Amino acid sequence: MNTPVTNSLNSLIPTQNLIKVWEIPGGIHPPENKTQSMQLPLGSLPIPPQLIIPLNQHIGAPAKPIVQVGDKVLAGQLIAAADGTFSANVHASSSGTVSAIENFVLPHPSGMSGECIVIDTDGEHTFIATEACEDYLAVERLTLLDKIRAAGVAGLGGAGFPTSVKLNTKSTQKIDTLVINGAECEPYITADDMLMQVRADEVIAGTLLLSYILHHPTRLVIGVEDNKPKAIAALQAAVKNARVTGKDSAIEVVAVPTKYPSGGAKQLIQILTGREIPHGHHSADIGATCVNVGTAVAGWRAVRYGEPLIDRVMTVVGESLRTQRNIDVLFGTPINYVLEQHGFDANKASRVIMGGSMMGFTLPDLRAPVIKTTNCLLAPSKKEAPPPPPAQACIRCGLCAEACPVSLLPQQLFWYAQAEDLERLQAHNIFDCIECGACSYVCPSKIPLVQYYRAAKGSIRNHISEKEKADRSRQRFEFRKLRIEKEEAEKEAKRVARKKVAEEAKALLLQKTAEQKAAAANQPQGAADTNSVLAVPQVAAVMTALAKANADQLGFDEQKARLERILGAAKNSLESARAPLVPKNLEFPITEEQLVRQQSRIKQCELKLAEAEKKLADFLATSAPAAEDPVAAAIARAQAKLSLSPEEKLRANIESLQARLIKSQEKAEQAKAENSPTANALQLGAEKMLQKLAEAQAELAELEKSTPVTPARVEVSAAEHAIEKAKAKAAALATMSDDEKRAEQIQSLQTRLQKAKDRLAKAEAEGDANVEAFRTAMLNLEEKLNALL
Amino acid sequence: MFELILQNPITSALVALVGLSLLFGAVLGFAAVRYRVEGNPIVDQIDTILPQTQCGQCGYPGCRPYAQAIVDGDAINKCPPGGQSTINALADLLDVEAPQLDEEHGTESEVKKVAYIREDECIGCTKCIQACPMDAILGAAKQMHTVIADECTGCDLCVEPCPVDCIDMIPVETNLKTWAWELPSINPIHLIASDKHQRTGAAA
Repeated sequence: MNTPVTNSLNSLIPTQNLIKVWEIPGGIHPPENKTQSMQLPLGSLPIPPQLIIPLNQHIGAPAKPIVQVGDKVLAGQLIAAADGTFSANVHASSSGTVSAIENFVLPHPSGMSGECIVIDTDGEHTFIATEACEDYLAVERLTLLDKIRAAGVAGLGGAGFPTSVKLNTKSTQKIDTLVINGAECEPYITADDMLMQVRADEVIAGTLLLSYILHHPTRLVIGVEDNKPKAIAALQAAVKNARVTGKDSAIEVVAVPTKYPSGGAKQLIQILTGREIPHGHHSADIGATCVNVGTAVAGWRAVRYGEPLIDRVMTVVGESLRTQRNIDVLFGTPINYVLEQHGFDANKASRVIMGGSMMGFTLPDLRAPVIKTTNCLLAPSKKEAPPPPPAQACIRCGLCAEACPVSLLPQQLFWYAQAEDLERLQAHNIFDCIECGACSYVCPSKIPLVQYYRAAKGSIRNHISEKEKADRSRQRFEFRKLRIEKEEAEKEAKRVARKKVAEEAKALLLQKTAEQKAAAANQPQGAADTNSVLAVPQVAAVMTALAKANADQLGFDEQKARLERILGAAKNSLESARAPLVPKNLEFPITEEQLVRQQSRIKQCELKLAEAEKKLADFLATSAPAAEDPVAAAIARAQAKLSLSPEEKLRANIESLQARLIKSQEKAEQAKAENSPTANALQLGAEKMLQKLAEAQAELAELEKSTPVTPARVEVSAAEHAIEKAKAKAAALATMSDDEKRAEQIQSLQTRLQKAKDRLAKAEAEGDANVEAFRTAMLNLEEKLNALL
Repeated sequence: MFELILQNPITSALVALVGLSLLFGAVLGFAAVRYRVEGNPIVDQIDTILPQTQCGQCGYPGCRPYAQAIVDGDAINKCPPGGQSTINALADLLDVEAPQLDEEHGTESEVKKVAYIREDECIGCTKCIQACPMDAILGAAKQMHTVIADECTGCDLCVEPCPVDCIDMIPVETNLKTWAWELPSINPIHLIASDKHQRTGAAA
């Protein structure tokens, strides 16, 4: 594709050498419409009464405001600082007072709002003191980059990429070609043309500055489409007058054949160097950097005069305007103010477009301000830009594929975009599409192809971000599950450890009592085991602690059994203490001392026994009535019932029925024997009971059949519980009509309200600290309910 | 040797075939052991398609259990947060017809929502924190809680447990970063004038 063609303009510009240019595939030749706005010289506007300066006029993060409402600002004063590397400073475009920092409608196809600083201008345009730099060659490159960064310079060609980031290339990338983009291929727009004619010297100076910053690339090329002979001539004149240092390469001003979209950065690099930027790479990867002429001038002014970027050259064009020209406009000037100043006739206009007729977008709201990337305001009449005709079916003519400057298959992309087949779209490299609109332009069926691609790109991006979020969600969910499992395991381990300790203590205690007994038996030897005596208090401590820990958990029976055990033990030890002392060794008769000891021991044991007896009695006295309390018993029974599985419930039911049946049968027999008049009734009752019993048994049999394995009782966690509820709700909602849904909502609100009221009452009664919160919650619910009713 | 084969064609054919089948069987058996895939890869694939809200509207406690259930033969149309696109993707993966979303499990909402805690009303009970499957709620007992909006999947599970009813589900607004162009509305297009007549004729 990249066949070299000789420059067609050699005859027109005799001073130019024969410079080889390459050709890009595809491209179109739409009506240029560039003469309208070039009739008048570069104009300017009176300072508008109010400037609305958005914080995000560039690609990247919005700047952060550093002024406050009410502050006086001067023209060129920094009002919002770049937030991170991928951001740009924002300056006051004129002097005045900051009247608001708020969301304001932006010049964006969505018509959305973004944060803006509003300045009420004083009309004096007092400039802040700036720091000039006579000789940039004496300054470090990084300092120059800082100056450009401080001036808030962003790509003025249309994308708004922060220029200091673009010029700060990686150390591994050697830039050998600097391309200054003055192609301006888009119809209607002449801002760069005007700039090159009026400020050709500054364009050249900017080019040399960038050349210095980029370590003197071997080629400095200014690419201008050959439909701008005046600009080319002006630039060539300026090149001759330029102050070129020895290290700089000669600046080539190259006229490239007029063809849309040769002004795209990648396209122009391809035209001028023959190198195509591979998929997924930047121009710096192939050793080239492309900077717009306006950006070069802004960079130059930022370094030379310390002037921040507060204005730009913009084309105001279209048949619905009385005056069509290029103007030097301050950023933040409301678009409707600009249009007003040019005699805009709203009735005549079909719409107002920011950018050119190919890549621009219709402004949804004309109050939006002019920003760094606003290179053109196009206000065509209805005749000039009629509403697009309805799209017809694709006839597979293939013209779009021929027009595509990046050699994509627009037709395939169109099908896949319609089918929302995101994978195939990516496989067909939709992200290489530069959205130039050449395919839509040539389409005989007037299909708005670029619209499809833009939408498809958006949905792919959303899809990718959703995918990322889903992956993150999965990780978080799995991590949470792991964490909960770990917590459970730790709890379980603690439980096991506690149990082990308790068992050990018990074993120790048993051992000690055995030893004690042995010691008691060995008393005649006179040497009571000191160890055991010492150990006794410890064991007792462990024992009491254990008893305390267990007391709450043990049931009534267990406690009773325990107390009885203690009592038994006390009795045993008393008996053993009372046993007569038998001298083990006949040589050592029982001494007085030993006898006294035994006496005291017996007394101790007696005391212990009494204590144990008392404890048991106390326990029985306190707990027995509770157990006998019919209400408590009923509760206990109910609880027991609740905890039973259906099968167990049935069984219990059957048992009780059987018991009742036997009783009633007995009664009936008795009555019969006594010839009581109630005998018949009793007999009937007994029969009924029999019937019930049979039913219950049948049910049980069925249940056993249907559930061969009793379902394990699963602990229902809070989340699962909520899931169940949500499920039920969703199921119910699906089958309901709107009215029913509403009724359902009202009902649920009412129950929630009731709950909240109960909670509030309880909290009030208990003097809870959260009474206020509960009260507001109740009021909120009431409000919601009222709103529904 | 050659003669022997010629003389016993059936036997030699049998020997050759049995030999070959033994050889290939051995190779396949080795491959089955050597390149065994742990777990069921289909479950993972389904799991990546599911939206990971872990909301439980499908009736399973999370997306992965539902993925497992799909592999075990459950219907693929039980995921309202994923909506029709997820069903289509699943149908594509499993090579089945894409059914409509089962309304029994809820309806697909057009707008994404996230939970929002009205912080001055929060009493710090931690109930929502326990209910959140995503750990997307931050807070401690008796301290104000807040939702990490970026991590919230809008599953709704925290609304019910809140005792003071201070959690709202608010729709996520598109901002300049998430905004995207919309597909042009497709008008019924007719290739040629006679197309229209044919189509209406066929419909009548």
